[in-house]
Amino acid sequence: MTAADKANALREKFGKLISEPAEFRGEITATVADAQKIAEVCGFAKNELGFDYLVDLSSVDNYGDDPRFELVYELYGYGHGCHLRLKASLSEEVGEAPSVAGVWRTADWHEREVYDMMGIRFAGHPDLRRILMWEGYPHYPLRKDFPLAGKATDMPDVAFSNPAPLEGGPFVTSPGACGSEDREPRAKTFE
Amino acid sequence: MQTTQEIGYNTKVEGDVTLTTVDAALNWFRKNSLWPMPMGLACCAIELMAAGASRFDISRFGSEVMRFSPRQSDLMIVAGTVTYKMALAVKRIYDQMPDPKWVIAMGACASTGGMYRSYAVLQGVDNILPVDVYIGGCPPRPEALLDALIKMQGKVAKENVFSKPEAD
Amino acid sequence: MSSVREIEIKDTAASAAGAAAGLDEPDDMHGEKMVLNMGPSHPATHGVLRIVLELDGEEIVKAIPDVGYLHRGDEKIAENMTYTQFIPYTDRLDYLAPLANNVAYALAVEKLAGIDRALPPRCQYIRVICCELARISAHLLGLGAFAMDVGAVTVFLHTFTQREYIYNLIEELTGARFTTTYTRIGGVSRDLPEGWIAKLKQFIDGVRVNIDETEKLLSRNPIFQDRTKDIGVYSAGEAIDFGMTGPNLRGSGVEFDMRKAHPYLVYDELDFEVPVGSKGDCFDRYLVRIEEMRQSANLLEQCIRQLPGGAVNVDDGKFVLPRKEKVLTSMEELIHQFMLVTQGTNVPPGEIYFGAENPKGELGFYINSKGGGTPHRLKIRAPSFVNLGILQHLLPGHMVSDVVAILGSLDFVMGECDR
Repeated sequence: MTAADKANALREKFGKLISEPAEFRGEITATVADAQKIAEVCGFAKNELGFDYLVDLSSVDNYGDDPRFELVYELYGYGHGCHLRLKASLSEEVGEAPSVAGVWRTADWHEREVYDMMGIRFAGHPDLRRILMWEGYPHYPLRKDFPLAGKATDMPDVAFSNPAPLEGGPFVTSPGACGSEDREPRAKTFE
Repeated sequence: MQTTQEIGYNTKVEGDVTLTTVDAALNWFRKNSLWPMPMGLACCAIELMAAGASRFDISRFGSEVMRFSPRQSDLMIVAGTVTYKMALAVKRIYDQMPDPKWVIAMGACASTGGMYRSYAVLQGVDNILPVDVYIGGCPPRPEALLDALIKMQGKVAKENVFSKPEAD
Repeated sequence: MSSVREIEIKDTAASAAGAAAGLDEPDDMHGEKMVLNMGPSHPATHGVLRIVLELDGEEIVKAIPDVGYLHRGDEKIAENMTYTQFIPYTDRLDYLAPLANNVAYALAVEKLAGIDRALPPRCQYIRVICCELARISAHLLGLGAFAMDVGAVTVFLHTFTQREYIYNLIEELTGARFTTTYTRIGGVSRDLPEGWIAKLKQFIDGVRVNIDETEKLLSRNPIFQDRTKDIGVYSAGEAIDFGMTGPNLRGSGVEFDMRKAHPYLVYDELDFEVPVGSKGDCFDRYLVRIEEMRQSANLLEQCIRQLPGGAVNVDDGKFVLPRKEKVLTSMEELIHQFMLVTQGTNVPPGEIYFGAENPKGELGFYINSKGGGTPHRLKIRAPSFVNLGILQHLLPGHMVSDVVAILGSLDFVMGECDR
């Protein structure tokens, strides 16, 4: 069975919920219409279709579009060697999807990272807290409206942060903006 | 027996004894036995380990043991990117080191944040610690680290421990 | 010096008591459990990992790993740079095998651009040579650090000497000892220098002897066996469920290697075996790594024999910088150069995932592009991040001294884990 067959098997089971599988560069992607059903779909994929390995769980921020977020599940099965991608869109108001940590235990840390970086919550997750940034950091760094330089925060005894000197960068100067002395505050200037 | 010709000193006359200031002697002991506390955080730690391995051999400069306990070391080599999450841990470990203590910021990330101008990286460890020697490079070669160690030794040799500091 | 920020560190006893209060079970009134904080600063080899251990005497009852102390924001940085500008950041992911990371990233972007089938054969062989050299280098350090932590310090010095030979080779090829930034989108940055192949042959002969010596020092050593046999055991099913890859997966008996299952570059033309363990303990993972190094040495020899001549870059002006004399004389090449440098490789909109068999496991890149030279989202599927997910499940039941053996055998790198 190829990945396209597996995607069609999903369509047979879930009907309108799964879109027509799309192919790009030899990979099959199926979109799940309702993000709240993703745990069911993943459970079926693992138990019936043999996708026993969750390769990756990522999130994409389409700032300005509605629904804003997209969850991307990369699935693989050691038995049949097929790779399938499932995508689910999530709007900012809902901001929560069911957790698949009960299906694959590796999803535990992947979902924590998605929560930390993008702010998407997962219902039913055993321990949803920040993993890469420190507990109590108030922002979600990978969102498009968060600047690369970061924002100033201060949690005494835990961590502090300051915005990095980017000045229109990174690494690409825009004409008319400040000169290099402002962009590189620690560089020596010779008068 | 080889004797160096020093002014006013001849071993055959005065014996194998050197006269010097306490400062100079103390500094000589300290600089030739700088035990590093390797704060090896990222890729620079690999070059730090290479400097400690047999090809570059940091122990011939007196840094015989890489003491992972801050209480037993006098030189902290911050090798690698210091993130904001790690910053307070580095500061806590620096505070635990007994005086006299010195810091080498090894690599671009420790000196100024390096190529990571982002929300999570402390732009230079000298925002939280007083640094004595900065080493550039990403990562700096072990020879550069040894050169910095020699500069550090030069700096230690000039310290005023007992004598009055020179008027500014 | 500008601003040295004054930080007050709270009294350590008070903060330890505060942390312990959060962890203790409410009905443990006797206070028999001790909370031990391992890290984030412990011997440099494994980087900045912090594990909070709840101990009952010497035995671990609960283990909570805390990562993120080296989180540098690579994925956000990638959204602000062109594909070529991001290559140096991939070096610093798994910083023990930078060449392998470069190759994996270049292959991912080339897959998205659709030129991965157009790579000339010499380029593919050179990339395989880079990957296998990186594999030997990473395993040498991984095993050296593992052995040093378990107590056999000599092994560390021996393996580092071999790594210095690899560094010499890599420096001649790329200009840097590690952090090579060698591959480019559409090829590699420069061809092999004169006489490099002969030096590589010499190195392979030397490393084979060294691998045998290392094995002699460790494999039948009763102390090493006591510290690693039946420690850190997980079954094949658990390994798959936790998403383990690489030697960590193969040590538990799952015969899976991306190079065999989904060959990329010229791995389907090369002949090698995949070592698989049986019990899934630390000793098996060590044996798998030793054998993988031997297989890598065989692969390198085959590559040297089969290395073809020819170009090392894709013959397409839209991806590869044109030659300088053409840029200075011809209009078309000048425009290509300008567009490539200022706006980056123009890649079609779409999304791909590409996973390569890195020494630590499966390094994957998920690239979501909306066209243009900068990715909309670049997710790095780091094998070390996923491998560490098993710690919470694996450590309870072992003793504190086993933690070091388990961490060494899992062979993770925090630069990759935290990105």
